[in-house]
Amino acid sequence: MASHLLSVADLGADGLHELLDLTDSMIEVAERRIPKVPVLRGKTVVSLFYEDSTRTRLSFETAAKRLSADTMNFSVSTSSVKKGESLRDTVITIEAMGVDAIVVRHGSAGVPWQIADWVDASVINAGDGWHEHPTQALLDCYTIREKLGSLQDRHIAIVGDIKHSRVARSDVLAFTLLGAHVTLVAPPTLLPPSLEGWPVAVSHDLDSVLKTVDVVYLLRMQKERQTEALLPSLREYTALYGLTRERARLLGDDTLVMHPGPMNRGVEIAAEVADLPRSVITRQVANGVAVRSAVLFKLLGSEPTS
Amino acid sequence: MSLVIKGGTVVDETGTRTADVRIEDGTIVAVGESLTGDTTLDATGCIVSSGFVDLHTHLRQPGREEAETIETGSRAAALGGFTAVVAMPNTEPAIDSAGVVREVLDWGAKALCDVRPAGAITKGRAGKELAPLGEMADLGVRLFTDDGAGVQDSRLMRRALEYASALGVTLAQHCEDEGLASGGHMHEGEWSSRLGIPGIPAEAEELMVARDIALSRLTGAPVHFLHMSTARSIELIRAAKAEGLPVTAEAAPHHFTLTHAAIAGYDPVFKVNPPLRSDADVEAVRTGLADGTIDAIATDHAPHAQELKEAAFDEAPPGMLGLETCFALALQLGVPIERVLALLSWNPARIAGLTAEHGGPIAEGRPANLTVLDLAHAWTVEPERLASRSRNTPYAGWALQGRARHTVFRGEPVVVDMEATR
Repeated sequence: MASHLLSVADLGADGLHELLDLTDSMIEVAERRIPKVPVLRGKTVVSLFYEDSTRTRLSFETAAKRLSADTMNFSVSTSSVKKGESLRDTVITIEAMGVDAIVVRHGSAGVPWQIADWVDASVINAGDGWHEHPTQALLDCYTIREKLGSLQDRHIAIVGDIKHSRVARSDVLAFTLLGAHVTLVAPPTLLPPSLEGWPVAVSHDLDSVLKTVDVVYLLRMQKERQTEALLPSLREYTALYGLTRERARLLGDDTLVMHPGPMNRGVEIAAEVADLPRSVITRQVANGVAVRSAVLFKLLGSEPTS
Repeated sequence: MSLVIKGGTVVDETGTRTADVRIEDGTIVAVGESLTGDTTLDATGCIVSSGFVDLHTHLRQPGREEAETIETGSRAAALGGFTAVVAMPNTEPAIDSAGVVREVLDWGAKALCDVRPAGAITKGRAGKELAPLGEMADLGVRLFTDDGAGVQDSRLMRRALEYASALGVTLAQHCEDEGLASGGHMHEGEWSSRLGIPGIPAEAEELMVARDIALSRLTGAPVHFLHMSTARSIELIRAAKAEGLPVTAEAAPHHFTLTHAAIAGYDPVFKVNPPLRSDADVEAVRTGLADGTIDAIATDHAPHAQELKEAAFDEAPPGMLGLETCFALALQLGVPIERVLALLSWNPARIAGLTAEHGGPIAEGRPANLTVLDLAHAWTVEPERLASRSRNTPYAGWALQGRARHTVFRGEPVVVDMEATR
């Protein structure tokens, strides 16, 4: 019976802690002279990315190679999908070539769940539409834990386009599972239509929230939102919700600034703020590889290899 | 050659009685006790009713024959107890001219039920220019709709209603304001926010319901509202009827049995337009069907080829099968059987202008379009065993009760003991 990582909710607090602890070992591997262990030798991990994403794809690929797994890339733009092959036929074909794990990113929510129904391989959700991005949430938790010791009772503000953000949805689940208090800060047009059942507070006043938080988590503001009548302009967004130099001065001494990348410097975050010592954005990226190695090991590593 | 339906309980608008029904040459020749004939259909323990009339079926021919044809769809209809279906015009090409109407009538001539094409309101269903309603009405078309889309332009809709009122036909609306609905794939609410799927707010339907009620008032023309799905839509219709406006409405079985929670597994089989809504909306549809606000149950039977429903949720086309599961689900409303038959047969026959041949009463001289219903029959929905060419039913695996045992179309037994005869 294959196990998957589709949603943060599947893990629960215990599962989260287990993966974070496993990540410690993976960080240690990364720091060795030869950062490679043979635990997944002979296993094949395929990246099935229907959306462009060099960073996440490379992160998963590196993570797999550190564990000595073989990797394959299924690049949609050059593939038979352009010739009209259906989603189901694509994944069944990939599986027929003999893969142990499929890392999937798709523009539509739910695709990883559908794929998990059709294949025997392990399925890892690398981002499904607006819905979830579990490994991002894991690396975010790991980074906060690394810098602040624990998430229990910490105050975290997630700022920006929550409505369209799979990172926000996974982070809300993960941060609250680990005991943090989350406040969403966004204009009403960028919040989901219903926050029924979400364990969060909401604010439209970034300045007052900034004084109270241990972590400010910024989301990327896409230029397209302006044409969808969700914002009058990026300029106004930055004025009301951007982490400008002036706003950065409101933060507590130990407050972290985080971002899932890639950043729009000058929009959601001022260029110089991104480079402050409190900004752990590059640390997030480094942790990402170790977290993804932990996930692959948890799902595919079984009997110890000789 | 005579056919007798024996031992059943005859129910029509005039009342209920134990009686046999004798049929010759497509006509009912006697309704009474101890009748005999050359062939017998056993109706012991069953209700004998006028055949059902579906105001809203997608038969997909011409254009999408891999999903369904007029023949296969009519077979599914007959198995569901229907003796007439109104075939929606969103075919390829659309039914927007006498030529396509004639084609559909031709194919329908050999079908297992009466296939009545609906015409489009606008050319190509594009919402820009009136289609030739008069030339289609001349061929017997009584209902017109751009179903699949609503007519967005209010002035055009007004003109269409005014023009139609001279023809004695009814315009039916798929109420969906494109500005509010666009980009959405499921009901906007708690579930769409949780699942990360773009939503369609209830207001996208309600805005057009309110507009067309106003246009009906302005023009005096009748409007039939297709697939009503929200509580406020139903309130608007209730008020319009209280005012005496000539409006009618239908609802589909999936809108009184399923909610948006069904989409949790991201299975596109549950994707439909209008989408599955909240518990409160489902409750309002059930109440509306019981209290007369909604006149008819219409299936919105929408077959899709399997591979189209095995796509990402956002990319899959909306639509569900409905003809063969409709009756059992209607029984779940918990209303008296007379109300069920009114919703499935007597009322839709009137709305479709088919009362000369369908919808009863069951009396000497009337055309023999009947169905014999076994209310107690227990069965499980198996998609591969449905007569439709497609498999996209949201009720796969459901244990249902109630099924048509026999269906007689123009005197011919097209379904006998739950199997099609051809």
